[in-house]
Amino acid sequence: MADTLLRPAAVDDDAPPPVRHDVRRLDRLWRVLTGVSGLVIAAAMLLPIIWMVLTAFKPESDIVAFPPTLWPRALTLEHFGDIWSQIPFARLYGNTIVFAGAVTVFSLLFDAMAAYALARLDFRGKNLVFVLVLVLLMLPYQVTLIPLYDTLAAVGLAGTLPGMIVPRLTNAFGIFFLRQFFLSLPRDLEEAARIDGASELRIFAQVIVPLAKPALLTLGLFHFQYNWNDLLWPLIMANDLESATLPAGLAMFMGQHVVEYGLLMAGSVLALLPVVVFFLLIQRSFVAGIATTGMK
Amino acid sequence: MTTAARTPAPARVAVRRGRGARRRERTAWLFLTPSLLTIAVFMLWPMVQSAYLSFMDYNRIQPAQWVGLANYRELLTDPAVGNALRNTLVYAVVVTPVTVGLALALALLLNRAIFARGLVRTAVFLPFIVSLAIVAIAWAFLLDPNIGLLSHWLDGLGIVSTQGWLSDPQLAMPAVMVVGIWKTVGFYMVMYLAGLQSIPTELYEAASLDGAGPWTRFRNVTWPLLSNQTMLISIMAAIATLQAFDQIYVMTHGGPYFRTETLVMLVYRVGFEDLRLGYGSAISWVLLLGVFVLSMLQWGYFRKRAVTY
Repeated sequence: MADTLLRPAAVDDDAPPPVRHDVRRLDRLWRVLTGVSGLVIAAAMLLPIIWMVLTAFKPESDIVAFPPTLWPRALTLEHFGDIWSQIPFARLYGNTIVFAGAVTVFSLLFDAMAAYALARLDFRGKNLVFVLVLVLLMLPYQVTLIPLYDTLAAVGLAGTLPGMIVPRLTNAFGIFFLRQFFLSLPRDLEEAARIDGASELRIFAQVIVPLAKPALLTLGLFHFQYNWNDLLWPLIMANDLESATLPAGLAMFMGQHVVEYGLLMAGSVLALLPVVVFFLLIQRSFVAGIATTGMK
Repeated sequence: MTTAARTPAPARVAVRRGRGARRRERTAWLFLTPSLLTIAVFMLWPMVQSAYLSFMDYNRIQPAQWVGLANYRELLTDPAVGNALRNTLVYAVVVTPVTVGLALALALLLNRAIFARGLVRTAVFLPFIVSLAIVAIAWAFLLDPNIGLLSHWLDGLGIVSTQGWLSDPQLAMPAVMVVGIWKTVGFYMVMYLAGLQSIPTELYEAASLDGAGPWTRFRNVTWPLLSNQTMLISIMAAIATLQAFDQIYVMTHGGPYFRTETLVMLVYRVGFEDLRLGYGSAISWVLLLGVFVLSMLQWGYFRKRAVTY
């Protein structure tokens, strides 16, 4: 892995001014110290994930053996085979993909449309709509859970994927984030398109959206990761294991069974894999997105 | 509310008012419709219902009964609410400063040209990417009193918990705090790194020429110039801690003896396990109040961010 996560700083920002010989040894000692502490920190941060991965490959007898060891004493793939039959794992997987995927696609589209209206079009009530978005940013969604479940249950959507998806078709943070981005885009292109008589829809689709690709990618990642990982909402909406997503399903399974750690760890590894791989592939834009969050 | 957009582009092409403007106004509402519909039906309406429900006694089986302020009166004296409020505040007061401090320390270390910097940054940030609920299962296993690796290591260090960390009333809260910090510290570290990289290097050079050591440079250049980040990160972290739920649900379910039952956990238990929907709604408004106040603070700082260099 090359030097990732943000631009490498061109220089060591607070390196002491160059002084001669006696400092050089201290400097080397300092370098070793910081290097070692960095590796220790990395190991500590990764411990739960490493433990999860290695346990997934341990046979049951090794998992319950005393003393516990990090490294497997024997290797097996049985948990990865069993998980599909012990719990409706394929269903959980499919549910999670559909839920996170649909929410991401629709939310990106609707957020972008609303943000475009707020950033580029004049209409009566514009400020009111923007204030509404800001207020929604400040309200914790947990407050709406009880009535929301009842409403969805009343129309027969409790425990279904559409019921889980529909309330998240748009997102206040997404609208806010994209509005800020659209405001920073130059206006010349769309003014030219307007003079040529292009409709707003066309300007939006063919001028703004292509220019906003990096912002859309970042926001899409946020949406996908948030919904793939979410626990509370799917937990409330799911009637049973069959209708849950991976986090909610694994948490339910853990609650129901005297803990079958091998199985749970294998399921966890499989559940985390897509998000982690995805992140490692495009971490640059993801991190750049975070770095600019709250710095408008 | 007829305020024109405050974007006076200098060479703006004069657009015809009248029919064209009206058409554009219609277009704007068309663009907003999907979002506004979703917001109205699935965010605002449930808000209103939640407020209404908080004055009711309702359990899905019998029809709802209007009880006026009874839920709120009960809430003020309910030991479960007091306990959840106390737990939430303790969690927020410990986790917020520790997370912010660690994030800053990590950002300072990882802003230097150290060995394998990219790898370490990724390792610190990775917990933010993965599902807290799922990783909490691995954490629970690490802390298992009999076969957990971390328990075993801590035993070796003399930090022994006979009944297991997550069943020990003294240790369960620290355990879920550690997981909360572990999860979010990388996110705030990245925000700090962005701040550090926006500080002009000339300032450090000037300070060095004036004979400032590393500590003085930090005190008088880095820390003041990061004050915006620190403020924003602190408020963001505090808002997040008020909503702590995932790892608590998975690792302790609010136990042992309700020692880790936070506000959201209590709303879940009262509203979705005990089916006291009216009372649960009333409790959720306490959470809303706390988050709303903190968010207003955050916006206040947004508005007058003013460290210039």
